[in-house]
Amino acid sequence: MKNNQGFPFLIAGILALGLGMFIGTLAAFQFIIPDFFELLPFFKSRPLHVSLVVSWIFLCAIGGIYYYLPTYCRLPLFSSRLVKAHFIIFIATGLAIITSYLLGKFGGREYWEFPPILSIPIIISWVLFGVNFFKTVFRKKGKWPVYLWMWATGIVFFFITYLEANLWLIPFFGDNIVREITIQWKAYGALVGSWNMLVYGTAIFLMEMISKNSSLAKSNMSYFLYFLGLTNLMFGWAHHTYLVPSAPWIRYFAYGISMTELFILAKIIWDWKSSLSNALKFKHHIAYKFLLSSEIWIFLNLILALLISIPAINLFTHGTHITVAHSMGSTIGINSMILLASLFFIIQENSEKAIGSNVLKTGIWLANISLLVFWISLIGAGYLKGTLSFGSDLTFQEIMEKLSPYLISFGIAGICLFIGMCVILWVALTHLLALRKK
Amino acid sequence: MNKQLIFFFLFVLFIIYSFSVYFSGTTYDKGISHFTTEAKLGKKLFQEKNCISCHQIYGLGGYMGPELTNIISYRDNDESIARAFLKGGTAKMPNFQLNDEEIDALISYLKYIDKAGNYPPKAYEITPYGTVNEIVTDEK
Repeated sequence: MKNNQGFPFLIAGILALGLGMFIGTLAAFQFIIPDFFELLPFFKSRPLHVSLVVSWIFLCAIGGIYYYLPTYCRLPLFSSRLVKAHFIIFIATGLAIITSYLLGKFGGREYWEFPPILSIPIIISWVLFGVNFFKTVFRKKGKWPVYLWMWATGIVFFFITYLEANLWLIPFFGDNIVREITIQWKAYGALVGSWNMLVYGTAIFLMEMISKNSSLAKSNMSYFLYFLGLTNLMFGWAHHTYLVPSAPWIRYFAYGISMTELFILAKIIWDWKSSLSNALKFKHHIAYKFLLSSEIWIFLNLILALLISIPAINLFTHGTHITVAHSMGSTIGINSMILLASLFFIIQENSEKAIGSNVLKTGIWLANISLLVFWISLIGAGYLKGTLSFGSDLTFQEIMEKLSPYLISFGIAGICLFIGMCVILWVALTHLLALRKK
Repeated sequence: MNKQLIFFFLFVLFIIYSFSVYFSGTTYDKGISHFTTEAKLGKKLFQEKNCISCHQIYGLGGYMGPELTNIISYRDNDESIARAFLKGGTAKMPNFQLNDEEIDALISYLKYIDKAGNYPPKAYEITPYGTVNEIVTDEK
């Protein structure tokens, strides 16, 4: 193969997701049986799971961008050496993070629970990625398709918001809990928005390639939706901190901004007929099956996101498993399905035979159905926890006991989801390794 | 309209907004006088032991253990329950082998968090616009 510079990222991403989901399944059972697998207690398994699955999102999105720019955008990468350096630093940092968790050395910040010193190589590797990306795409003449805008925005805003997430190290930010928590979640909200830009940009790129319609990524509507997403990335994060005693204008402003996503919901409903005809037209393309799954998950999660962004509802859902349902639905149902579409698009384009065995189709169905049960179980648990926390005098332990049927259902669905995803990942991995040898 | 111009406009707004959040929206911390040297040590320990993987502050964190924002004043400011958990762990919480000085520091940190605000709010009013106003009934 002429261009396989993104492949190491894709292969590492598959391995990270497989391991991350395995540890996540263990952690789900530790929720029900606390002394289950004591070798890796929950306070270690949870950060391991989170870091591994987040690295899957980054590795697969970055690997796709490194592959697509020279292959389809006719933009040879500025530097292959920078790609290698980026990969080496990413993997070395990842291994250092895993080691720190296993040794019980924590920085103790939600999502990024490793010692803050490890943020330095993360920032360095991101700068290498940014330099390579911008030096490559600035050579492009003419109008940028919207996915280039989205990838560029994702890169810039990850850099800004990752730095912002580390402001707590400065006493002005860290010595005031209201400021610390507010800014932590301001940064995290935008940070998730930045990886969404990388992933959604990939989705639009894939739709353009599958439909062979180059106007799709240059239409006024696509740019409008991009700017709407960017506005939400910048200003729509405060549903995480509605109940933190910061200034009320922060919540009111974020509430208003979050409700602009109603437009996206209305557009999905309006476009359902054309989505259906696309589904029929491209149903034989394996990457499209994943994109179609992600569209359904976007619809379900958007409704949930809009509801929990209303402060009166957020009051009862915040700090419950409904928030977990939203994050799982987004990272697995939306992000991972789009990234799997990207993986299988690359595989399909480089394979002589059509990809789409019955085993793979079974994996896709199993993953999606079990994810639905998983998601509903979390919503059920969250609803019960929210209502019991406000409407009863039960203690935390008593509330948790009442949640156990939902959590057992969540755990069983988690195993099925893990099996379904393993099937998909195994097919992807074997094909990618075979392509690499070509 | 020029896309670069819209991006630039939004970016400038984002910078102004971010600084407004830093310097105007988050200045007031009711509990700041309780953020002593001992409480700072408690915060450091809280992070080093990765307590947030199981516990929440203002509903943010893991769900294995209870929410901690006002845990220290949960039963008439009786800190002995929290001390007992920190000293010996529970079926769900590991025993971190903390010494007395470390336990004091963590208790001080929990007291600081407690003084900073209420979560979940004890009394509140829901407006017709879907917003929530907390009704502050106690002066901490």
